[in-house]
Amino acid sequence: MSKLEQFLRSRLAAAIAAVLAGLIVSGIVLAAAGFNPFEAFSVLMQGAFGRPKYIANVIIKATPILLTGVAVSFAFKTGLFNIGAEGQYILGTVFAALVGITCNLPMVFEIPLVILAGTLGGATLGAFIGWLKAKFGVHEVITSIMCNWIAFYLCNFIVMSDAFHKPNSSSAVITNPSCWTVLLPEWKKSKEGMAALSNIPWLKEMLLKTDLNIGIIVAIIVAIVISIVLNRSKLGYELRAVGFNNDASKFAGIPVKRNIILSMLISGGICGLAGALNITGISPHTVTLLAAMENYGFNGLSVAFIAGCSPLGCIPSSILFASLLYGGMSVQQMLGAPSEIISIVIGTIVFFTALPGITPKLADLVAKKNKPQGPPTVSKDGTPLPTAEKEA
Amino acid sequence: MEVSPEYAVQMHGILKTFGTFTALDYVDLDVKKQTVHAILGENGAGKTTLMNVLYGLYQAEGGDIYLNGKKATIATPTDAIKHGIGMVHQHFMLVENFTVTENIILGDEVCGTAGILDMNKARKDVLDLVSEYGFEVDPDAKIQDITVGMQQRVEILKALYRGAEILILDEPTAVLTPQEIDKLIEIMHNLIERGKTIIIITHKLREIMQSADECSIIRRGVYMGTVNVKETSETELASLMVGRSVNLTVDKTPAKPGDVVLSIKDLSVKDEREIEQVRGLNLEVRAGEIVGIAGIDGNGQQELVDAITNLVPSERGTITIKGTEIQNTSPKTARLAGVSTIPSDRQRWGLVLPFTVSENMVLERHETDEFGKGWQLDYSKMDEFTNDLIERYDIRPKDCANNRMSGLSGGNQQKTIIARMIAANPDLLIAFQPTRGLDVGAIDFMHRELIAARDRGTAILLISFELDEVMDVSDTIAVIYHGEIVKTFKQGTVDENQLGLLMAGGEAK
Amino acid sequence: MINNLILLVGITLMYSTPLVFGALGGVVSERSGVVNIGIEGMMVVGALAGAAGSYYSGNPWVGFLAAGICGALIALPHAIASISFAADQTISGVAINMLAPGIALFACRALFDGAAMTPVVPKLPKIFGENALVGTPFASLNVNVSTVIALALTVLIWFVLYKTKWGLRVRAVGEHPAAADTLGVNVYGVRYVCVLVSGMLAGFGGASMSIAIMSQFTQTAISGHGFIAMAAVIFGKWTPVGAYLACLVFGFTQALVVVLGGGNFAIPSSILSMLPYIITIIVLVLFVGRSVAPKANGTPYIKGSR
Repeated sequence: MSKLEQFLRSRLAAAIAAVLAGLIVSGIVLAAAGFNPFEAFSVLMQGAFGRPKYIANVIIKATPILLTGVAVSFAFKTGLFNIGAEGQYILGTVFAALVGITCNLPMVFEIPLVILAGTLGGATLGAFIGWLKAKFGVHEVITSIMCNWIAFYLCNFIVMSDAFHKPNSSSAVITNPSCWTVLLPEWKKSKEGMAALSNIPWLKEMLLKTDLNIGIIVAIIVAIVISIVLNRSKLGYELRAVGFNNDASKFAGIPVKRNIILSMLISGGICGLAGALNITGISPHTVTLLAAMENYGFNGLSVAFIAGCSPLGCIPSSILFASLLYGGMSVQQMLGAPSEIISIVIGTIVFFTALPGITPKLADLVAKKNKPQGPPTVSKDGTPLPTAEKEA
Repeated sequence: MEVSPEYAVQMHGILKTFGTFTALDYVDLDVKKQTVHAILGENGAGKTTLMNVLYGLYQAEGGDIYLNGKKATIATPTDAIKHGIGMVHQHFMLVENFTVTENIILGDEVCGTAGILDMNKARKDVLDLVSEYGFEVDPDAKIQDITVGMQQRVEILKALYRGAEILILDEPTAVLTPQEIDKLIEIMHNLIERGKTIIIITHKLREIMQSADECSIIRRGVYMGTVNVKETSETELASLMVGRSVNLTVDKTPAKPGDVVLSIKDLSVKDEREIEQVRGLNLEVRAGEIVGIAGIDGNGQQELVDAITNLVPSERGTITIKGTEIQNTSPKTARLAGVSTIPSDRQRWGLVLPFTVSENMVLERHETDEFGKGWQLDYSKMDEFTNDLIERYDIRPKDCANNRMSGLSGGNQQKTIIARMIAANPDLLIAFQPTRGLDVGAIDFMHRELIAARDRGTAILLISFELDEVMDVSDTIAVIYHGEIVKTFKQGTVDENQLGLLMAGGEAK
Repeated sequence: MINNLILLVGITLMYSTPLVFGALGGVVSERSGVVNIGIEGMMVVGALAGAAGSYYSGNPWVGFLAAGICGALIALPHAIASISFAADQTISGVAINMLAPGIALFACRALFDGAAMTPVVPKLPKIFGENALVGTPFASLNVNVSTVIALALTVLIWFVLYKTKWGLRVRAVGEHPAAADTLGVNVYGVRYVCVLVSGMLAGFGGASMSIAIMSQFTQTAISGHGFIAMAAVIFGKWTPVGAYLACLVFGFTQALVVVLGGGNFAIPSSILSMLPYIITIIVLVLFVGRSVAPKANGTPYIKGSR
């Protein structure tokens, strides 16, 4: 197999093809609406990576969608379509905020407690969806969507409730600073800190002008852990077996229903963690009244699909999406082009990741050119070549 | 051969490839009018592909088709239907929740104005056909409610309704009882008398001898020739098909039955529609013997296996493995009690196709400490274990441990399951349709493995819809009908006609 | 009390209408074997196209038609992906749901000076005329003409599915495409038509929100309606009439929200807003087990495989 063919058969090639398709389609849309697509894309890149501050903000934006992406990937690998990441994220923010507002412990206890609360919030909702599927056979996609809206209105209910509403604002009371996870919050504003930072202008900009926090480190660790669990543990083996073949798993004595619930619980928990880290990591450090979904969960779907649902692949994929999302804002500011163009880019990318076999088809062409009369073989990834008569 | 109107179908030099795989390598076929012509070949030899070309489902890359001496172009099934060709597929192409009439008229509907269906006229047309050919079919019955034999007649009616002169039957007897097979052969002869031509695809030698006039043989996509059935024998056909002489009988020594391993008493099982499928069944299997269950599909075999493996609950009765009752526990409990099962539908119940061969090989045992301590799974240990079994069971390709299961051929997939189940060293091995879809060589291998396991002292419960298999391999033959074991025989004390009658609910003489 | 009941009926009919269109779209698509999660997105596009069409032509009927056409257009990529490319229909549908609101808002901002909503546009008429029955308790029964269209389409689709040869073919394709194919039915063709019709119906549904219930397109005009419609498809056992009745149930829950919200009950609006979603889940839990989907639903048909 030639190098080119090998590359074309890889996940990476499929991902790159999808991203290219997204850019081309949105370029056409932009051109049709009277904007110069090349200018728009260069503004986008500038807006995402032009200054240290922007890069920090891209990282901050990438953190929650990396986690929701990992959550969606994990569920997908175990045969579940967690389109409820959005609601689980929201419930994570709500639980984290409630604990962050009501408890005020020393930082070493408060931070883990708040993060745990958020994780628990998401996990509860995830497990509920899994339970509905395992117990009643209700498809998780529809219940997930319903739960998204329920979480959405629950959040608004909490924000506006007498107990938690912050007067004259559209948000709840702010959490106690002891649960905040912003990097070096005291030091960076102290005299010594300022002095030390003034020598490193890029770091100064990143730390002082943004909410750079520990979230991204946690998210990357989670991605690695989930990858190991999926691919190198008995639990992951069972969960994947259930996802690929429910019946064979049951036959082999694997508790299918328990595993569906467990899988959604873990996935939901990761989404909740994403929510909690946003409460502890970035201002306003509390939940606010939602007018529309914030899409942290839905973008996780995109992140996961472009990564081929590989948890580690979600790391570059989330950076890509965060840069599109963040850079997209300057497209609107600088060019006046509607920022929804980013939704079009992302939607197109996801659409093309759903199409199997575009790059493999190219690979077939390459293979045909290279060896016109090869012997019948099994292709590298083990997919069978079509045979004459399908087995009964 | 010369093109002549004496022949209903002539296919000359048919070439068909899938990617780099040549499925049909310049195959010829000449079918005389008003005859039954058999096409014989192993699974995967290309028989069905050839017929799919004739029926317009596949396009050949080379070759010509002549019908009644005239060249014909058949690009779609619609073309084939227009040329008077009808095909009955091995897996019936019937919409389960449609009525017989709806299935027959689909695609060629009887309509009033504006595409509105005229079901009264359609029903009458179907009834006319039914009476003309003497089929016993209710036009208003839903497919899901009628027997397999009747479904097959609906398929034939579908072709006749479209004016078929040439009928292709793909493995028509695979699902029928001996009595139903007789009925089918009668119908075939009836059709020949009325001027039709029939092509049957099969790998069963006996039926060719019973029903066909001529037989063409295809081996691995290559045409091996045509023989007059009256002038040949089963052995000759078999060696033409496989390419070497084959042993059609199963060699084994008499069984030495030991203690009772499986004992089922008064078992009753309901299916998901709450209909009792196993009704007070009693059965015993001893160590070192093979008990074969003979019966037609749908007489409770599936529910019986599901109940022993604990996939479904038992309503009543007991299932005992070496003295321990296991009914209404869990699949895991059954396995730990010493039961291993080769499932009938291997891709559905036995394998996780997207998993690697290694991952499949440890299914069920993945949770033991054999393959990694605690939470971990040690892939190098799994590979070691797998490579050993690949070697022992000759699973191909040799280096497939990390290939996906879906890439293996059906025979090798089945070998993987057998290897896994026998490696578990069970007390009771349930083999449910263990040779379904396998070719002759693989079937032989499978039978020898079952007998070898028996000789090591394993109790074996063989359930098969192939009567020959049950009769050849089992030491004891139990006939199941309507969820009950109606009679039990020692091997060699019963012939297939007696079994066939019992399987169909009749009384043995 | 009586007045409240009449009000409840009127509002039920009003809110169920967009759902009925969406659910009919779901029935048509899924009966042919293509899962259409993208109904929601198609409704958003329809809502914008309806409002924009009505705004520019001054004629709401032009808007209604435009909504149908645009709904079908946005369904086209889903059809191509799921029919010709054998794509994962769920992912493709999710992509449509991301793409469609993006396109709708992009177009809205491009057409209306960067606003995320349209100006107020002419609405479809009510059945007894705009000001009939005003002031009487029966005012709420003077429903929009789209409500009647939805009912008529329900009957029409039922008739086509069960009484004509095209319906027979659609149902056969959704149950056993290979069987239909071997009898010369064009499986791909049938599925394309059904997915496009599904998009058209969803587009009508969007328009019946933006130019019948509301009188403009806004970013939140369609929020989960497409998904509730999909639940109605399941609840209604994949039949047009069943789906219609299911939509009435969901419309009723929304009517309850309005009537209760307007009364003296001390239920916070956020909690009331959850009601339709909670009831959807409860209904699914109670009914899903008894509902059987078309056999080939969600399975791509690849010619030559069995």
